[in-house]
Amino acid sequence: MNDVRLIEVKNMYMYFPVTAGVLQRKVADVKAVDNISFYIKQGETLGLVGESGCGKTTTGRCILQLWDGMKGDVYFEGVNLPKLKKEQMRRMRRNMQLIFQDPFASLDPRMTAGEIVGEPIKVHNLASGKEYRQQVEELFRMVELEPFMADRYPHEFSGGQRQRIGIARALAVRPKFVVCDEPVSALDVSIQAQIITLLEKLRDELGLTYLFIAHDLSVVRNISDRVAVMYLGKIMEITQSDELYANPLHPYTIALMSAVPIPDPKVDRTRKRIILRGDVPSPVNPPVGCRFNPRCHMATDICRQKEPELRELTPGSEHWVACHLV
Amino acid sequence: MTTAAKKEIVLDVKNLKTYFYTQEGELKAVDGLSYYIEKGESIGVVGESACGKSVSALSILRLIPYPPGIIVGGEILFQGQDLLKTTEEEMRHIRGNSISMVFQEPTTSLNPVLTVSRQISESLELHRDLDKIEALQETIRLLKLVGIPDAERRATDYPFQFSGGMQQRIMIAMGLACSPALLIADEPTTSLDVTVQAQLLEIIDDMRRRLGTSVIIITHNLGIVARYVDRVNVMYAGRMVETAPTEELYSNPLHPYTIGLLASVPRLDIAKKKSLRIIKGLPPNLAHLPSGCSFHPRCDYAMPICREKYPPMEKVGENHYRTCFADINKLKKPQ
Ligand SMILES: Nc1ncnc2c1ncn2[C@@H]1O[C@H](COP(=O)(O)OP(=O)(O)OP(=O)(O)O)[C@@H](O)[C@H]1O
Ligand SMILES: Nc1ncnc2c1ncn2[C@@H]1O[C@H](COP(=O)(O)OP(=O)(O)OP(=O)(O)O)[C@@H](O)[C@H]1O
Ligand code: SF4
Ligand SMILES: [Mg+2]
Ligand SMILES: [Mg+2]
Repeated sequence: MNDVRLIEVKNMYMYFPVTAGVLQRKVADVKAVDNISFYIKQGETLGLVGESGCGKTTTGRCILQLWDGMKGDVYFEGVNLPKLKKEQMRRMRRNMQLIFQDPFASLDPRMTAGEIVGEPIKVHNLASGKEYRQQVEELFRMVELEPFMADRYPHEFSGGQRQRIGIARALAVRPKFVVCDEPVSALDVSIQAQIITLLEKLRDELGLTYLFIAHDLSVVRNISDRVAVMYLGKIMEITQSDELYANPLHPYTIALMSAVPIPDPKVDRTRKRIILRGDVPSPVNPPVGCRFNPRCHMATDICRQKEPELRELTPGSEHWVACHLV
Repeated sequence: MTTAAKKEIVLDVKNLKTYFYTQEGELKAVDGLSYYIEKGESIGVVGESACGKSVSALSILRLIPYPPGIIVGGEILFQGQDLLKTTEEEMRHIRGNSISMVFQEPTTSLNPVLTVSRQISESLELHRDLDKIEALQETIRLLKLVGIPDAERRATDYPFQFSGGMQQRIMIAMGLACSPALLIADEPTTSLDVTVQAQLLEIIDDMRRRLGTSVIIITHNLGIVARYVDRVNVMYAGRMVETAPTEELYSNPLHPYTIGLLASVPRLDIAKKKSLRIIKGLPPNLAHLPSGCSFHPRCDYAMPICREKYPPMEKVGENHYRTCFADINKLKKPQ
């Protein structure tokens, strides 16, 4: 890993319109992503965590330019993606791929595993004939599936095997950047460990850069170099993975971590628990001031009035926090 | 649970066998399961998908769909009464009265066309003999107890008007409505955020302490179990492969599957790059179980005998049992 920024997101917004009535008039916005900025360095894995609905998937899809309404800048190797023409973006797309959470819904049931993995190669005209077949075979081996399985259909595979097919498909076009959107959430513990180990191996061998989305902080800690914590469309804290766990500063990060049980009763019993009260508020009308304030155990007056900015603790520390009290 | 005084045993499951007869043939979803639970005790049932956790719980309530499923053998003694010999009439009384189950999917267990207060009040009127006004008051108290904000007003909402996490809490309120002797929470949590999980399990734990309810928590998550239960049963392919008091299980696991499972779980308190140790292969198809020990194709310690015979339940410590042939002193423990 070096310090070159492969991805740089600046002031990104994504609002989904809420419509009502027969005319489907827009009455409000779901502020799914509400002005976020961050970067991902070449060869690094940035973990993105937060509770359901906080905007993780939307962030990933916005980087890949999969939502039309997205606003802001997304630089990939210095090129501002939202400014590209359709055709330019189509060619750019090869460099960035997506792995989905649901290994059951994301594969076309009418295609064989081989066709699924090979499709992007055909779409991008990367190989044909014998070379095509060799590449598909190679991809199967890369994700530790037997090449003879290429003739089978998705329903003949287990969840973990389907996720391997999804990974092979994403890697078929030799991308530089992969958004892994909760790739192990739907899998059994033993299979999760297999897939995480595979993703790490592939990253190291192929020099990939990941945005790794998960709601499980322990999974994220395991695979990420840095971690961003998201809440209601905003980034609350972002720093090196070990630093985040050793020295969490945002009250939300602290509460989120205390909710994660540790599979060792002796250790778990010694930890302080902060139970977050209530539910996440609606992203249509996020609370005024700091949007975490109604659930925060430390909130003061200023938290209810002014939205804190994401700022770096000390220049060069790469530990960014959005909280008035830090 | 090592107090000298003999505790009251609430549930005693003996050699339970529940099979399904499917196109693939006989599927032994639960095959010879035995365990008991004392008053006020909480036990965790852990194991990966399709290992028989839900089927074992549904068997207790005699809710196995027939066909294709049938309880082919065993005894389920609940407060001394064998539930497998009970009439359907009596069973209906026991369900939702002395045994409650919080199901995996709240959306499929709540009635969508009845308001939340109707559903809970009805159960209270039926099982606790309260009149309408008392039942409504009790309903609101229960909704507050499980943390539904603004409970008075929201009691008259329909299930779809609540978020998934709130629906789970309503399910728990329903489960508690009759002050059951036994509460079974089947995976109350995996689809939920850790924050919501923590809230729900705190509620259940609090109930147990205050009312002496016995609790069975069924889950994939070894972390949850570490925090909330007294004893853990580890299941693999329809059988219990290890059981021990919680602390003992985590500090001294003695079945290769338990050891592998613990090593597969990423931990918040352990730095990255200490890569996970993995269990190779996939869990077996229950309709085509491997011979001998069902874990042998994935086991690092498998010996010829493991392919031939299913290992007997062996006592390896105080309240600690396992089914495995491997030499205890040769097992590599997770760090
Ligand atoms: N296509 C859409 N139309 C309208 N609203 C949407 C759309 N996609 C997402 N949203 C809303 O945007 C917000 C953020 O959703 P998003 O899927 O990004 O969350 P997430 O963090 O990925 O959650 P999860 O952990 O549940 O996957 C949510 O309130 C969601 O309901
Ligand atoms: N109605 C049914 N018909 C046929 N087979 C069934 C039925 N219900 C369960 N089974 C089978 O019984 C086995 C055990 O299922 P069970 O639901 O108990 O698993 P589980 O351990 O609860 O898994 P999960 O963690 O995914 O909930 C599985 O192989 C399942 O396919
Ligand atoms: S009995 Fe044999 S195969 Fe089964 S877990 Fe023990 S050592 Fe492994
Ligand atoms: Mg998502
Ligand atoms: Mg189940």
